[in-house]
Amino acid sequence: MTREEPAFKIKTGNLSVLQLHILTTDLAQIKQQLALRLAQTPDFFASTPIVLELSAIAQSGTGLDFTELVSFMLNHGMCAAGVVGGSAEQREDAIQAGLGLFPDVLARSPMRSATDDALAVTGIYAALAPVQPDLPGLEAASADKEPAAPLLRPTMVIDKPVRTGQRIYAEGANLVVLAIVNAGAELIADGDIHVYAPMRGKAIAGAQGNEAACIFVHGMEAELLSIAGCFKVFEDGIPESVRAKPARVHLDGSRLVIQPLNY
Amino acid sequence: MAKVIVVTSGKGGVGKTTTSASFSSGLAMRGNKTVVIDFDVGLRNLDLIMGCERRVVYDIINVINGEVSLKQALIKDKNCDNLFILPASQTRDKDALNLEGVERILDELKESFDYIVCDSPAGIESGAFTAMYFADEALVVTNPEVSSVRDSDRILGILAAKSKRAVEGLEPVKEHLLVTRYDPKRVNSGAMLSVVDIQEILRIPLLGVIPESESVLQASNSGTPAIHLEKSDVAEAYRDVVGRFMGEDLPMRFINEKAGFFKRLLGGN
Repeated sequence: MTREEPAFKIKTGNLSVLQLHILTTDLAQIKQQLALRLAQTPDFFASTPIVLELSAIAQSGTGLDFTELVSFMLNHGMCAAGVVGGSAEQREDAIQAGLGLFPDVLARSPMRSATDDALAVTGIYAALAPVQPDLPGLEAASADKEPAAPLLRPTMVIDKPVRTGQRIYAEGANLVVLAIVNAGAELIADGDIHVYAPMRGKAIAGAQGNEAACIFVHGMEAELLSIAGCFKVFEDGIPESVRAKPARVHLDGSRLVIQPLNY
Repeated sequence: MAKVIVVTSGKGGVGKTTTSASFSSGLAMRGNKTVVIDFDVGLRNLDLIMGCERRVVYDIINVINGEVSLKQALIKDKNCDNLFILPASQTRDKDALNLEGVERILDELKESFDYIVCDSPAGIESGAFTAMYFADEALVVTNPEVSSVRDSDRILGILAAKSKRAVEGLEPVKEHLLVTRYDPKRVNSGAMLSVVDIQEILRIPLLGVIPESESVLQASNSGTPAIHLEKSDVAEAYRDVVGRFMGEDLPMRFINEKAGFFKRLLGGN
C-alpha cells in the first residue's frame, strides 16, 4: 500500500496582525472616516488581513452590520479576517458575516485591564508583548485612548551585588540581577524579576498590579516575596523543597506559589 | 600617586581604630610615608591607641576652619618615623566636618604622603560618609557575627553607590575584607560565622583574618598599636595584612575553614 503525500499540514503560527479598533457602532461615521483616511494612502492596506477590535463597543448594546462593513473594507483593499473582543451578540453577528473569532483573552482594552486584569493577562507573554502592533498609519483609527502598555521599557540588568539597604526599582520593566542580593536589599519591578545568584532580600514583582508577573531565582533564600501586592514572609524559614535552590514564584488566584525548578 | 584608604565597618566596636593604628603603622614600617586621620569627631580614640593623646594640641576641625596649618596639627608617631597622626576634635560634633574642607586637606596631604588612612566612625551618618567619600580603597572590618556582617554589607552598598568614585563614574572603590576578633574554636562550635560564611555573604576579596586576643586590649591600654607587640598572633596577622595589601602573596593564617554557624542556619536540619 502506497502512502499518499500529505496535501496539507496544520500548524499554529505566531503572526503579527493589524487591528482596526472600532470605537463607535455608527457605521456611516466609520465608513466616512475610513474613506477619508484611505484617500490619503490608497495602497496602504493592499489586501492585508485586518482584525476588527471591538472591545470599545462591547458595552454599547448595539449591533454592527458586519456584512456591509466587510464589503466596504474589501472595496478599499482591506481584507477583514475576524474580530476580537466585543459582546456575545456582536461576535455572533461577526460569525454570520463570515468573520473568524480570535480568542478574547488577547484583547487588552482600557475597560478590561481596569476591571479584570487577571483575564486580560493570563499568560506571561500577554504581559510581555502588547498585541497591538504600533503602526503610525493606524494611530488615528485607534485614537489616543490606548492604555499604557504594561511593559514598555527595556529590561533592567544589574551585575553588581545588591546589598543591605539598597533598593532597585525597574519601573515598567523586567529586572534581571546577575549578582548576589543580600538580606535587607529590595528588588522591585513592574514586570518579572530574575536573580541568577542567591536571593536573600525582598523581591516585589508586578508592583503596579500585574498578576502575571513572576519571580525566578537561582538560590531561594528570600525574606519576602510579593507579586501584584500579594506577599509572603518566611518566619519559619523557606520550605525545604526550594531552600537555597532554583525556584519560580507565581500567583495562583490570591495564593503565592513557590515551585522548585527541576531540570 | 597617594592612595586614600578608608577603614570602615558600619558597626561599632569591631576594631576599626585598632586596625587603622596597626595598618598605618605597618605601612610606615615598610618605608611608606603614611598619615592616619581620625574622623570620629566628638569621640576621638585614635590618639589614645597610638599613645599620643598628650601631644594633641590642634585637630582636623582647626585645620578645616583655617585656624592652623596642617603641619601644626600633624603629630609624629612615637614608633615610626614615616607615620603622622591627624587627630579628631573632642569638643566639636561631626557636622563640623564638611566635604570641601576634607577634600582640601586630603589634596594637601597627597602632595607629601604615599598613603592616607581614614579611620571612620561607626554608623552611616555624615561622619562615616565623609570618611569614605574620597576613598580609593576600603578596608571593611567585620566581626564573625551576623549583625556585623550585615552592617558591613550596608557600608559596601554605600561605597558602591555614594562614594566620590561612584558618583563621578570612576573606577569603583577597591574593597578589602578584614575579619577581626576571629576565634576558630568558637567558629568550630558553631557560635561564630566562619570566614567562608562571611565571604559567601559579602563577596569581596579577603585581605586578612585577625585572631581574637587579650593582647589587643593590653596594647590599646598602653597606647601601642597591636602590630608592635612581640610574639603575638595579632601582630603577625596585621603584618600579613599589610604585606598582602602591598601585593605579597601570603598564606592565610589563623583561619579555620570548617563550615560554621551560618551554613547550619541556612542548611537546615
